[in-house]
Amino acid sequence: MFHEFLSVATLIGIANSGVRLATPYLYAALGEMFGQRSGVLNLGVEGVMLMGAFAAYYTVYIGGDPWLGVLAAIIVGALMGLLMALISVTMQAQQGISGIGLTLFGVGLSSLLLKVLVGSPIGISGFSTWKVPGLNSIPVIGPIFFEHNILVYIAYLLVPVSLYVLYRTTFGLKIRAVGQNPEAADSLGVRVNAVRYGTVMLGSAMAGIAGASLSIGLLNIFQENMTNGLGFIAVALVYFGGWRPLGVLIGALLFSTVNALQLWMQVLGVPIPSDLAVMMPYLLTIVVLAVGGQRIRQPAALTKPYERGE
Amino acid sequence: MNNSRLKIASLELIDITKRFPGVLANDRVTFDVKSGEIHALLGENGAGKSTLMKVLYGLYQPDGGEIRIDGKSVTIHSPTDAIARGIGMIHQHFMLVDELTVTENVALGLKSSRGPVLDLDKVEARIRQLSQAYGLHINPKAPVWTLAVGERQRVEIVKALYRGADLLILDEPTAVLTPQEVDDLFATLNQMKRDGRALIFISHKLHEVVAISDRISVLRSGRLVDTVPNQGVTRAMLARMMVGRDVLLDRPHTALTPGAARLVLEDVDALGVIGQPALRRVTLEVHAGEILGVAGVSGNGQRELAEVIAGLRAPTGGRVLLDGVDVTSWTPGRRTDAGLGYIPEERMHDGIVQEFSVAENLVLQDYDHPPMSNGVFLNFGAIASRSRDLVRDFNIRTPSIETTTRSLSGGNIQKLILARELSRDPKVLVAAQPTRGVDIGATEYIHQRLLEQRRRGTATLLISEDLDEILNLSDRIVVIYEGRIMGVIAREQATAEQIGLLMAGVAEGR
Repeated sequence: MFHEFLSVATLIGIANSGVRLATPYLYAALGEMFGQRSGVLNLGVEGVMLMGAFAAYYTVYIGGDPWLGVLAAIIVGALMGLLMALISVTMQAQQGISGIGLTLFGVGLSSLLLKVLVGSPIGISGFSTWKVPGLNSIPVIGPIFFEHNILVYIAYLLVPVSLYVLYRTTFGLKIRAVGQNPEAADSLGVRVNAVRYGTVMLGSAMAGIAGASLSIGLLNIFQENMTNGLGFIAVALVYFGGWRPLGVLIGALLFSTVNALQLWMQVLGVPIPSDLAVMMPYLLTIVVLAVGGQRIRQPAALTKPYERGE
Repeated sequence: MNNSRLKIASLELIDITKRFPGVLANDRVTFDVKSGEIHALLGENGAGKSTLMKVLYGLYQPDGGEIRIDGKSVTIHSPTDAIARGIGMIHQHFMLVDELTVTENVALGLKSSRGPVLDLDKVEARIRQLSQAYGLHINPKAPVWTLAVGERQRVEIVKALYRGADLLILDEPTAVLTPQEVDDLFATLNQMKRDGRALIFISHKLHEVVAISDRISVLRSGRLVDTVPNQGVTRAMLARMMVGRDVLLDRPHTALTPGAARLVLEDVDALGVIGQPALRRVTLEVHAGEILGVAGVSGNGQRELAEVIAGLRAPTGGRVLLDGVDVTSWTPGRRTDAGLGYIPEERMHDGIVQEFSVAENLVLQDYDHPPMSNGVFLNFGAIASRSRDLVRDFNIRTPSIETTTRSLSGGNIQKLILARELSRDPKVLVAAQPTRGVDIGATEYIHQRLLEQRRRGTATLLISEDLDEILNLSDRIVVIYEGRIMGVIAREQATAEQIGLLMAGVAEGR
């Protein structure tokens, strides 16, 4: 049994799954990173993902193009981000609490909409695999990296794009300043709350795509609470990645690989209780936060609403 | 720099009134400044200086009065508006983002020549130009958190100049500088004045105001007392205008014979907040009836020194002795009971519990002893009567002993802490920055109390960044630099210049 598990074909399969499964983590965690770098902790990622997943699924379900589904997920995500920003930036509610509220809202509404609009979930045809011509025929590398649907490739492209936005643009400079010292930014005419609205809505739109990458990319179906804690892991990944795009990438790959390993072990019938295997990514989350949490410096103004003071 | 380019020839604030709930912060204040002039704004904390400047900088909207630039009435809606009109402000608490580089801090909030993409290379070149022109030594690539306080201030000045500030407001700019750095700053300010810029210099340090300004305006309780030319004014006159009565500026210091060594540190090493070495083989002795002043620029180990003595920070080497007994491993509570008094630097965080009442804060050290409690239950009667006595004796201005402590002014909170610590008649007192941010009246009172405690035989370690305070009160002075004691100087031989050199890490001519 183990020699079968360790065959080259299997290892390539695991690696391919690992690369693919990192997709929702990447969208959600890179988006969340922007919010946190500007000082807003959005724990509503899970709910936003579910809503994005449903919006994309439903768009395709009623006959829309998958790209239209992504657009729907972006719009729904951004609107939920607007709600989050309204509550936590303008009304200055406790960010941890309002985010959990947003999650519960998304969980409830998405399953309600599923029941009302669709009934019992049926599969759809979302994005199909697009093998990158030429590159996919490279031995080993090709099947691992270049046989995915388009949303997977875009997720990885977002890593350098995020780096560029954060460190090379005026918007990125404002984000970093607002998350560290909003008073200083304000004194230079940076509109602190406007920046935070921007990042929270951007982050939520990306969480929406993360949901879509599940419902019309990886799984091609929508099920009640299908994200299953993935949104919270994405929040943890931002901490794990030290609020940096490359750190987030490493974290996402680590988690998705563990996840892929766990799935393949079940598929191949490795004699480990499946519940234990399913636990692995979550266990890893706890370990990572406990070990990594102390030495990484978080944005100084994280979770602190800004009010112009004395 | 070319004068014709300047946007402000004169600026007037006329009858500015600003109210806050329950306070009239500015009451019809009139103030003006011209191109090529340094106009000092003098007043105690709470006199309304900062409010007036925040009105000018667009952070507050006035409830009455008007602002005129070159005779034309203007409304300044926001700091952005102020910056666009050529007004810059150097805040007392630096408005810098520590994690960003100097260049990034300067570029923040500005339009880039490349649209959405940053043009840090161009910004950097211009920073180098400006630093050259005004003798501001700055490395544009350095992250701000690596810079010393004086350097950070220079970054603030460059930031304002970069934004084309023709009128510069400097809010207590010298508070954090060594005497030498103050000289450098004054040279820069004079250069800016020669270039035709208008400067508003806010301070409560009389000799600095006299040294740098062309005209001086004094505020008291939100009102303008007077505006006078610098020629012919004396520090005593200014102090009287500030406080409204005569003030003892230099206290006669009666020599006392110090007694036995009550606080002794032997080769103490300690680490700072982020694990850096903060104290290095610190050895000192404080005798009964003596005030030992510890001078130094902020962040050179003063905080750690106070915490090690108070028992809040474990030293990594060496011993602390209280009255000859090794207390190195004792808890703070045990040290307190053995006769240690502690006035912490961060009075709002370490000195009081902000949400507690005045009475509760006054008995924080004694609540578990009779008569305040019988070991289980608190005796509220005893607590109330003790608190009322202390409020009266120490002149703490509070509506009642039940008032939440955080609502008191800084000076009164400091008097509360002083009352709590001194009423125990400590054998050893550690006073860290006892008058920082406290108005001149309360400062005078606190100094009197410290000197009285000295007469009663307390050994006092006075840690202060205010060199005047150190020189006025101490019998002996040590200078701390990068966690090392740089030298011990007797009061009679101490000069500001010599201490300033030690504060900057320049050792005595050995």
